[in-house]
Amino acid sequence: MTSNTPILKAQAIQKSFDGNTILNGVDVVLEKGEIIVLIGPSGGGKSTLLQCINCLVIPDDGQIELEQQPIDFSNKQDLYRLRQQVGMIFQEFNLFDHLTALDNITIALRKVKKLDRNTAEKRARLELEQVGLGEKGDLYPAQLSGGQKQRVAIARALAMDPKILLLDEPTSALDPDLIGEVISVIKNLAAKGMTMIMATHQISLISTLADHILFMENGQIVESGTPKELLAKGNVNKTQGFCDRLNELATGEQ
Amino acid sequence: MPASLSVIVDSFPYLLQGTLNTAGIVFAAMFLGLLIGIAVAVGIVYGKRPIQLLLSTYVWFFRGVPVLVLLFLFYFGLFSYFDIGFSAFTSVTIVLGLTTGAYQANIFRGAILALPKGQFRAASALGMSNSQAVRSIILPQILRMSIPAWSNEYSIILKDSALAFVIGAPEIMARTQFVASRTYQHLPLYIAAGILYFFLTWAGVYALNKLSDAVRIPGYSHNGIQE
Amino acid sequence: MDFSPFYQELFSSLNRGLLMSVALIVPSAIGGVLIGITAGCLRAYGNRAVRLLGNGYAAVFRGTPLVVQLFVLYFGLPNLGIYFSPYAAAVTGFILCSGAYQSEYIRGALLSIKRGQYAGAHALGLTHFQTIFWIIIPQAVRRAIHGCGNEIIYLIKYSSLAYIVTCLELTGEGKTVATEYFRFTEVFIIIGLYYLALVTCASFLLKIIEKRLYIPGFGHK
Repeated sequence: MTSNTPILKAQAIQKSFDGNTILNGVDVVLEKGEIIVLIGPSGGGKSTLLQCINCLVIPDDGQIELEQQPIDFSNKQDLYRLRQQVGMIFQEFNLFDHLTALDNITIALRKVKKLDRNTAEKRARLELEQVGLGEKGDLYPAQLSGGQKQRVAIARALAMDPKILLLDEPTSALDPDLIGEVISVIKNLAAKGMTMIMATHQISLISTLADHILFMENGQIVESGTPKELLAKGNVNKTQGFCDRLNELATGEQ
Repeated sequence: MPASLSVIVDSFPYLLQGTLNTAGIVFAAMFLGLLIGIAVAVGIVYGKRPIQLLLSTYVWFFRGVPVLVLLFLFYFGLFSYFDIGFSAFTSVTIVLGLTTGAYQANIFRGAILALPKGQFRAASALGMSNSQAVRSIILPQILRMSIPAWSNEYSIILKDSALAFVIGAPEIMARTQFVASRTYQHLPLYIAAGILYFFLTWAGVYALNKLSDAVRIPGYSHNGIQE
Repeated sequence: MDFSPFYQELFSSLNRGLLMSVALIVPSAIGGVLIGITAGCLRAYGNRAVRLLGNGYAAVFRGTPLVVQLFVLYFGLPNLGIYFSPYAAAVTGFILCSGAYQSEYIRGALLSIKRGQYAGAHALGLTHFQTIFWIIIPQAVRRAIHGCGNEIIYLIKYSSLAYIVTCLELTGEGKTVATEYFRFTEVFIIIGLYYLALVTCASFLLKIIEKRLYIPGFGHK
């Protein structure tokens, strides 16, 4: 299912805040249609890595190439272009609180893609229906549940026709009974062949969706491989141990 | 020493006396306002319709008319009908007390409404009378909730008290003006007055913060109802 | 109503005063909001030195009475050879004082906007300017409108202090008539009603604006 030219290449990404090294030389290569899952303890740098990939946080050092085009971190136009092509889903949704669900989607279509209002609204309604929220377009974020907010956020990112979708723990801020609806939307995306990098602790997403697992710890990728390689019976490694603990948690909760 | 400084040094005891008078006016007015505010808030929330209407009109009037106009109205107007002859000091205290009473009523009303409904019912269920419930259950909670807004109100009334000089109450401004008119050192004197007010604002807000910490209960500490 | 000479003079004075009051309030309100926005932005986003300066400005003008500020401007500055007309002194004092309070609301509104709003906008490819214009300002306006509106209502009442620097507006005009006829109670009650009318209209207007701008999750009900 994968062609050989990578759609995204991040090399030797380096980032520190106030003298604390958060990312210490991280490489990620993503091919079209591939799903990479980032796992590992909190504070390991997963979130910062995702934010570096679409330059919400500018890396201190390293290189990012989107479709063989290197990004010039000091060129604002380059950054805006990169972000338009790489969608981002946040743990805390980050819907615009003053806009309806529909306008959360149309604002970027109109201001960034310069679509007219009608075309933008048509597209937005389509995306809302895709995530099962066709009826909720006129509601404001304060009137939506967490799961609904996250689905709007996904619809908002998809409306921009991103080539890649980055998901930063998309279910972590949700009540347990609202996680399911978001997981099913993500699985739908995967089935349609969306290229994704996702940080998650959701065991069902890790085992069923990942083409490739990256285990991050202390700002570095310490294990990398397919689920088959890493999670084979009898394997002893960090990924295995981590997933076992998540499994225990998941069954413990039921 | 330049004349501007020596004027301040020479008049300092006199101005300090004025500062004490200002503090006296503000304390008395805030206390009066506290009593009025609580009574009016309870009346507006729990009272019958005519009482609510009457009290709301009081609040509307005193929140809508400038303090300066109220001072003139009471001192030169209404109080002149009484034979006792209200002093400027008393008049200012009453006018500021009535003004802050209206504002404090709004603060306490907000706090009462923010209180979970079950509190009153639970008190009644334990056999408390209405006034017992208000005194021992409702008041301790709304007073705590209101401290931040009350502290804000203090700094407003302190600054409003600077208007008392228009009817000749012997506070900071009146005394500063008196010294200034004789020495023509207006600028340094009024800046000195500003510093005195600044100090009083700071000291009062600091004390109320301390009070807020001292009476703190988990869940009610900085949950102030801002007006 | 029977308009005796007293009432004729009173109302013509008060109406003249009302015009002056409005002439004081309108530029002061506008100036105060503009200064408030500038100082509020600097206090929220400026570097350390700028923030310190902005906070100092707000602390001085919020920590001292407006009367003192007016006295410094009108009676104090002539010591340095700087002279203001009564009207200019009043408007300058009102703008500086009201600006300090306004900056408090603006600063609070800006700081209350969550970082995620910026991240969300940037992630969609909105430029920095687009983010400020389409995301931050609409939210900040809704968070600040209640406080800023109330500040203007305070300003209406405190415009009466112009009387103290001999700028004859409602209070000053009324006081003159009251002293002349020695009829304080009725004159000051009528002046009070003038202010009540102004304040009530302004509150009503503010409510309408707030209702217009209302969005679930924002501002006062």
